[in-house]
Amino acid sequence: MASLDDLKKRIASVKSTQKITKAMKMVAAAKLRRAQESAEKGRPYSEKMNNVILNLSNGIYDKENAPKLLSGTGQEKTHLCVVMTSDRGLCGGFNSNIIKKAKSYFAKILDKGKELKIITVGSKGNDQLKRVYGDKIIENISFKESKNANYFDADKVGKMVIEKFEAGEFDVCTIFYNQFKNVITQIPQAQQIIPLNNEGEENSSEESYEFEPDEDEILSNLLPKNISTQIFKAMLENSASEQGSRMSAMDNATRNAGEMVDKLTIEYNRSRQAAITKELIEIISGAESL
Amino acid sequence: MSEEFKVEIVNPEKSFLVKDDVSEVVVPAFEGEMGILKDHISIISFLKPGIIKILSKSGDENYYVEDGIVEFKNNNLSILTSTIFNLADMDKSKQQDLLKKAEEEANKTDINDQSKYLADQKVEVLKTLN
Repeated sequence: MASLDDLKKRIASVKSTQKITKAMKMVAAAKLRRAQESAEKGRPYSEKMNNVILNLSNGIYDKENAPKLLSGTGQEKTHLCVVMTSDRGLCGGFNSNIIKKAKSYFAKILDKGKELKIITVGSKGNDQLKRVYGDKIIENISFKESKNANYFDADKVGKMVIEKFEAGEFDVCTIFYNQFKNVITQIPQAQQIIPLNNEGEENSSEESYEFEPDEDEILSNLLPKNISTQIFKAMLENSASEQGSRMSAMDNATRNAGEMVDKLTIEYNRSRQAAITKELIEIISGAESL
Repeated sequence: MSEEFKVEIVNPEKSFLVKDDVSEVVVPAFEGEMGILKDHISIISFLKPGIIKILSKSGDENYYVEDGIVEFKNNNLSILTSTIFNLADMDKSKQQDLLKKAEEEANKTDINDQSKYLADQKVEVLKTLN
């Protein structure tokens, strides 16, 4: 059995850990509210954007000559995966869930004999992926210095993806992120952004639009913006998810630390009692023998 | 009051402005300024740098935009833009900042004609604000 002194030290250390996790939980809760708000505020933009594009692509009759960002390059040899994770740890299964989803997708692609290229956003994803897929990672982006997800960062990633697409470096692009459902549940998502996948979403409105300038020109202007918008949406969802995941993880950690302190305290008291009893017995038997 | 319609301006971060007593909006569409009144035909167009004028009963408002898309449908005007500033809140220093950035962009030599045109537009519009 550990000595009294050791137990005392352990209790103190667990208690101070508990204080840290508790503080982290509070911070995450405060950040979560902000992140959730901006995720919700950001939704109208991406929804509207999707609507407009849907209306536009329905208006295009000449599908053959549609912009490549919409219709694809006609083949799917090289896949680009943008894996979006956080820059900080201690957020439960947040990063591992995305990585798991991404890895199973990678395996599927490689099985089919296709080429794979990876862009990681956030340092945690890069750390986990570089061991196995190190040679496949072509870029690693991290936004450690920007406090909140902002559109300019997303635009940077978007522009890079488009540049690579136009240079013919890949045919299909998929982004991986966590969709924020609620504090306890985040759903890892794989979303294909190039070519745009909007099958199954039939447009109900039959109304025809007037376009100025013509459809093709608007589309070729709009599609790159849509890429950035989708990435921005993913970033917002991700940051809300990260805080939510961290909050519940830290809540659990705080509770576990509390349980541990209780257990250790009981053990400490017991061994203190045992030591006292032992001393008493020694004194009594000493006195008896006189 | 049947001459009014609804306008909504959205930027990536939030819904920027919602107004439903608007009588006329003038937007800097790519091929020239375009005035939109109630019962305009459904239209989609995109914006070049310029000033959006919103005329309504509760007062007129002017906004500076750098890019965006307009969609008008069923008397709902949606404007999607990533850079928008209310002219009433824009002071000289902010304006100078934007102008400097635009001029830098316009002086780059390695950009294509379209972005060059857009950058020139920005400079022009910002200069007229002075």
